Amino acid sequence: MIAAASARERRERALRLILPIVVLVLGLAVWELVVRLKDIPPYALPGPGLILRTLKTDWAVLSESLLVTLTTTFEGFLLAAAGGVGLAVLFNQSRLVEYSLYPYAVILQVTPVVAIAPLLLIYLPQQAAVLACAWIVAFFPVLANTTLGLNSVDRNLTDLFSLYGASRWQKLWRLKLPSALPYILGGLRIAGGLSLIGAVVAEIAAGSAGAGSGLAYRIAESGYRLNLQRMFAALLLLSVAGIVIFYLLTLINYLSLRRWHESALEAER
Amino acid sequence: MPSALPPLSTPLVALRGVGKVFPSGTRALAGLDLEVRAGEFVTLLGPSGCGKSTALRIVAGLSEPTQGAVAWPQAAALPHGTSRIGFVFQEPTLMPWASVFDNVLLPLRLKGSSASEAAERVDTALGRVGLQEFVRAYPRELSGGMRMRVSIARALVTEPQLLLMDEPFAALDEITRFKLNDDLLRMWQALRTTVVFVTHSVFEAVYLSSRVVVMAARPGRLFADLAIDVPYPRDGNFRTSSEYAALCRRTSEALAQAMAAGGET
Repeated sequence: MIAAASARERRERALRLILPIVVLVLGLAVWELVVRLKDIPPYALPGPGLILRTLKTDWAVLSESLLVTLTTTFEGFLLAAAGGVGLAVLFNQSRLVEYSLYPYAVILQVTPVVAIAPLLLIYLPQQAAVLACAWIVAFFPVLANTTLGLNSVDRNLTDLFSLYGASRWQKLWRLKLPSALPYILGGLRIAGGLSLIGAVVAEIAAGSAGAGSGLAYRIAESGYRLNLQRMFAALLLLSVAGIVIFYLLTLINYLSLRRWHESALEAER
Repeated sequence: MPSALPPLSTPLVALRGVGKVFPSGTRALAGLDLEVRAGEFVTLLGPSGCGKSTALRIVAGLSEPTQGAVAWPQAAALPHGTSRIGFVFQEPTLMPWASVFDNVLLPLRLKGSSASEAAERVDTALGRVGLQEFVRAYPRELSGGMRMRVSIARALVTEPQLLLMDEPFAALDEITRFKLNDDLLRMWQALRTTVVFVTHSVFEAVYLSSRVVVMAARPGRLFADLAIDVPYPRDGNFRTSSEYAALCRRTSEALAQAMAAGGET
C-alpha cells in the first residue's frame, strides 16, 4: 500500500517537472517552424534560435544592463524591506504615528507607479528616481504584512511577557518580531518581484541612453531600432531574473522557518 | 452546606470582595473572598462562566478587579528578585520559534539573566518534568503532553511562591492527564510551593487538591469551600478508593447545587 502510494507520488512529482518542459519544447518548436516555413523576417518575429544566438552575441551589452537592473532591484528591495518593516514597527509602537502616516502609505501604493515615475525623474537624479520607484512599488506589501504579523501575536504569550515584567523593547524583540517573521518573509517574497517591476518601469520612463542603462532601457531602445531579437533576449533575461529572485526568497523563507512554522514543514504523517 | 475553613495562618494571597465587570457589562465576579495559604493546593471548580479563570488572572495581576482588592500579606518576606508567580495556561503557550531551552529560559531572560547564567536553573526545571534530553527540540516536534511539561517547567524555573494553573490538562488525553496529575503533585511537594488550579473536572479537583473551592456563575462567586483531608502522597490507590468516590460525590453535589444557584445554563 505504502509503496504503491509513494510510487504514485513519485510519478506525480515527475509529471509536474516534465510536463511544463514538454510544453516549452513544443511551443518553441512550433514557433521556430512557423518562422522558418513562413519565412518571417526577424524585424517582424525572430525565431527562438535567433533569440538565443542574440543572447550570446550581445551578451556584453545585455549582461552589463542586467547588472544595472539587478543592482537597482536589489537596492530597492533592501530599502523596501527596511522601510516596510521599520514603518510597521513604528506604527505598532505609536498609534499617533500610524494614524498620521498610514493613509499616505496607502496613497503611494494605489497611485500607479508608471504615473509617478516621470515626476520623480524631474525632481531626483536619475539613479535615485529609479530606486525610488522600485521602493514605492515594493515597500507596501512588506508594511502591510509586517503590520498584520505584529498584530497577530498569541494573546497568552503577550500575557506571559507582561507577567514577567517584560519591557516594551523585550516584547518587540523577543515576542512581536519573531511572531511576525513568517508574515514579514511573505511580504518580502512579494516585494522581490515588485522591486524588479518598479525598476523596469522607472528605467522605461527614464529612457535615457548611456553606459549605465538597464535591461528595460535596452528593450525600449531595441524597439525603436526594430531589433526584435535583442528585445526578446532582454525580456528573457528579465523573466529569468524574476524567477531567480522569487526562488531565492522562497529558499530564505524555507530556511528561516523550517524548524517551527507550519508553512515550511514537510507533510510527515 | 459545607462550611469555609477557618484561616490557620497568614494567607499568602487574599482576594477581598473582588468584583469584575467587563467593559461589555458582563459581571464576571462579585464579592469574591478567597484566602490561599502557603503550601495549599487549592482548586477552583465550577461551570463555564463562573469566573474561575478571571479570578486566576486577577491573582496574577493580568486583570484588574473593578471592586475589592488583592492582598499579599507576606510580600515583605519575599527574597529580592524572585518571581512571585508562575502561570500555566490551558494551551502550552510556547514560543514556536524557540527551542525548549529558550522557552524555559524566557522568564529568567526577561529578568535580565543571560543564557549561561541561567542554564543550570533551566536544566533543573526541565529535569523536574523529565525533559532534559529535549532541550534542543522545538515545540512543534513534541507531543501535546510534552509541550505542557515544557510549559510547567517554564512556570517553575523562577521557583515561584505561587503557581497558577488555568485548566492546564483539559486538552490532553486521560492517560497523559493522569500522569501529569501525579507528576504535578510530586513537584508541588518537592518544591513546597502553593498551587491554585482551575478545572471543570470534579475528579481532577478531588485527586489533586487539599481544598476545592466550588464557584457559582452569574455573577461568579464563591459557593462552597471543601477540604479534601486525605494525606499526600496520593497515587492510583487513592484514585480507586471508596474514600475518593465519596469525596467526588460530595463535590459533585456541591457543584450541582452551585449550578442550580447560578440559574439556567
